[in-house]
Amino acid sequence: MRGVWLTAVRAERFKTGCLSVTALAEHGKRTAAMNAVLPYVLRRGTSRLPDMESIAGALDDMYGARIEPAIRKRGEIAALGFCADFPDGAFLPGRPDTLGAVAALMGELLLSPATKGGRLRADYVESERRNLLDDIAAEINDKRSYASLRLTGTMFRGERYGVPKLGTAADAERISVATLTKYYKELMASAPIEVFYCGAEPTERVAALVREALSPLPRSAQIRMPVTENAWVVPEGQVRRVTETMDVTQGRLCMGWRLSEAVPDPDRAVLAVFNAAFGGSVTSKLFTHVREELGLCYYAESVTDRWKGALFASAGIDFDMAGTAEREIAAQLDALARGELEDWELEGARRAVVNAVTSVLDEQSGLEGYYLDRSIAGTGLRPEELAARASLVTREEIAAVAACARLKCVTFLTAEDEDADET
Amino acid sequence: MLTKRDYPRLGETACVGELENGLRLTVAPKPGYRKSLAFLAVNYGGADRFYEKDGERLESPAGAAHFLEHKTFELEDGQDAMSLLAQRGANANAFTSPDMTAFHFDCADGLEDSLRLLLRFVSAPSFTPESVEREKPIITQEIRMSEDDPEDVMYYGLLRALYEYAPLRENVAGDIDSVEAMDAETLYRLHRDFYVPANMALVVTGRADPAEIEDICLESLPPSSRPRPVAVSPGQEKPGPVSVRTKRAMDVGAPMFLAGAKAKSGLLGRESVKFELTATLALSAVLGTSSPLYRRLYDEGLINETFGCAFENVAGVSHLSFGGETRDPRLVCLRVLEEAAALAARGLDEAFFERQKKTAYGGAIRSLGSLENIAYNLAAGTFAGYDYFETLGVLDTVTAEDCRGFLAAYLTAQSCAISEILTKER
Repeated sequence: MRGVWLTAVRAERFKTGCLSVTALAEHGKRTAAMNAVLPYVLRRGTSRLPDMESIAGALDDMYGARIEPAIRKRGEIAALGFCADFPDGAFLPGRPDTLGAVAALMGELLLSPATKGGRLRADYVESERRNLLDDIAAEINDKRSYASLRLTGTMFRGERYGVPKLGTAADAERISVATLTKYYKELMASAPIEVFYCGAEPTERVAALVREALSPLPRSAQIRMPVTENAWVVPEGQVRRVTETMDVTQGRLCMGWRLSEAVPDPDRAVLAVFNAAFGGSVTSKLFTHVREELGLCYYAESVTDRWKGALFASAGIDFDMAGTAEREIAAQLDALARGELEDWELEGARRAVVNAVTSVLDEQSGLEGYYLDRSIAGTGLRPEELAARASLVTREEIAAVAACARLKCVTFLTAEDEDADET
Repeated sequence: MLTKRDYPRLGETACVGELENGLRLTVAPKPGYRKSLAFLAVNYGGADRFYEKDGERLESPAGAAHFLEHKTFELEDGQDAMSLLAQRGANANAFTSPDMTAFHFDCADGLEDSLRLLLRFVSAPSFTPESVEREKPIITQEIRMSEDDPEDVMYYGLLRALYEYAPLRENVAGDIDSVEAMDAETLYRLHRDFYVPANMALVVTGRADPAEIEDICLESLPPSSRPRPVAVSPGQEKPGPVSVRTKRAMDVGAPMFLAGAKAKSGLLGRESVKFELTATLALSAVLGTSSPLYRRLYDEGLINETFGCAFENVAGVSHLSFGGETRDPRLVCLRVLEEAAALAARGLDEAFFERQKKTAYGGAIRSLGSLENIAYNLAAGTFAGYDYFETLGVLDTVTAEDCRGFLAAYLTAQSCAISEILTKER
């Protein structure tokens, strides 16, 4: 089928199956809120099963199969669709064909939504638009992830990447039945679609089921592959700083660096081992020095975004420790850039990545995420190959990543009696 | 010597046995898996506040089990066991729940060496008064993080409304004062009393050789064990909640609530599994995603995806709960209670009930996909006297009438308390 790709991993060690159908779309101000709401609207009802109760009943009949909306952000690409997991029929009374039933329902959810007058149902759109507004408002509930969201928004202001995954409240307010229906049709006509399956069934059977389930897909336009921009708009040397006050008992410090200037085409294994050495493992600089030695915080960790070429660090600290924690975190990155990494730290970082990648092989949801990323990137190593490469990453390669990191943004979430400022 | 058990319906096997020193060992190999997972559980958690030893009544201060978990990772030379495990390629962690402290790791290779290290550091503590002091700011930050979490605040709000004595009502990590008051001597006493082989269970799953695991346990742990401590009840709970409503304003996007009611206490063995399955099916019938009530509330915009229900049987007591974000917590609560009363009066529709059972059946199969889940449940079952792999056999025996009885007895207006988080004017 045009613009539809299937990745099937046959594995008999699991007692469940995993099936996902994902459309790739542009992430940005125009689309983010619609991307976030669309799978939820589609999950409200189909032409055959017109409401949630009948869909949930059908899933009960499939021994509690789950089909959940999934919205992911990969750089400036949105991956939206459904992920299903279901018990393998071989372990159920009467050996029902759970994969066949799930694939058919998945196709129905995606391609035969409940409509009125050729448009998505107004009551469903309105109700899910309100739920999206609630979700956006609830972003402040988890102070740690809220702090990270503030960092990304500030650091990438003016870039599509800076738009939150769910979009903004103002964007959600603008969603209408007409715009969402038009966008839905646009996606079905031209968005690349990734299908992933992992389970005991042979690939040919999966392919046949998927072909049938997606046969009504109206491919009327050219397939458009969304892309991530690496353009950098903050002038050299300027670090954006934001302090925000809230009713919190712990301060949350976030720092963001750009890596892309020196890593236009990052080696995924090097980035992963670098991150494990900096703040992504229990042998990392941030864990052993900032948390354990200095006792500055309960958590201090880092993540990288390989799509955008960015590095983020975050820490939960006492309110008066922001300056100290920022200096210490930056000092650890400088130490890495100078190649200051003991053998046990290097080995710990390599092994953390090898173990994490090996874990992916034992979890269907892990495999799903891994292969989706690989498909979006258009190329890449299989998990086994990535693990082998990670175990060979050198101190010099890690130092090179650290050396190209440029601090661009620092945000601090603090208690209400502190002064707020923004520069 | 371990005994091999087969579970043909699940396609699982397990080798189980009690070693001479009292350690209960379960090895559940999972053919085809690349990873191994070792899970060492101590039958001691945040809610084990009072116990008896040699006729003397002793106390485990609030937060002590959790504090001890943190300090257990420290080795003689000040090294950190978690870091040593990481250098060997094992991804290690630990947690303290109200009724369990667990140390676990997974690894792609080197299981044997890492397991030896795990058994050694858990059974022979090395912390000092100075290192206990150094841990205090870290745990304090952990508690502060939880104080900022509306879900945690709401959850403990409900437990305090439901229970008068049960230590479950206190945060597992204790509070800032209890952390400040902690000392090394108390922690060593608690380690001596609770961290004995007879009070522990080890589960190894994934890639695992039962005979080899047994040998490692025999050579790494003390050959004999002091007896396990005897739990002392903190006080008999009265029926009904202590208070019916608790609320707090926080920086949240939308108001949310958690309502709940106490159920049976002292549940053990197969009976506890049956009761839990009954409770789960009964709650699904009233307000699960395929229930008519769920659809009505969702269509009316009164609930969203966050709405759900749970049943917990933990630390000697059990309760049900339900809730989520809503603009009108009390109205949602009322509608749930009305629906429960209606179902309790007329009984559950048989066809609907059978569909719910299918979902529970599928859920039991699905839970076998996670090594962490298997290990946790096998260990919890060891302490509570049931075999987790026998769950399907118990599910077969649950009837619609059992569920009706559960709703009539427990999900009633008189038994419910509600904990609300309100939005704050910003």
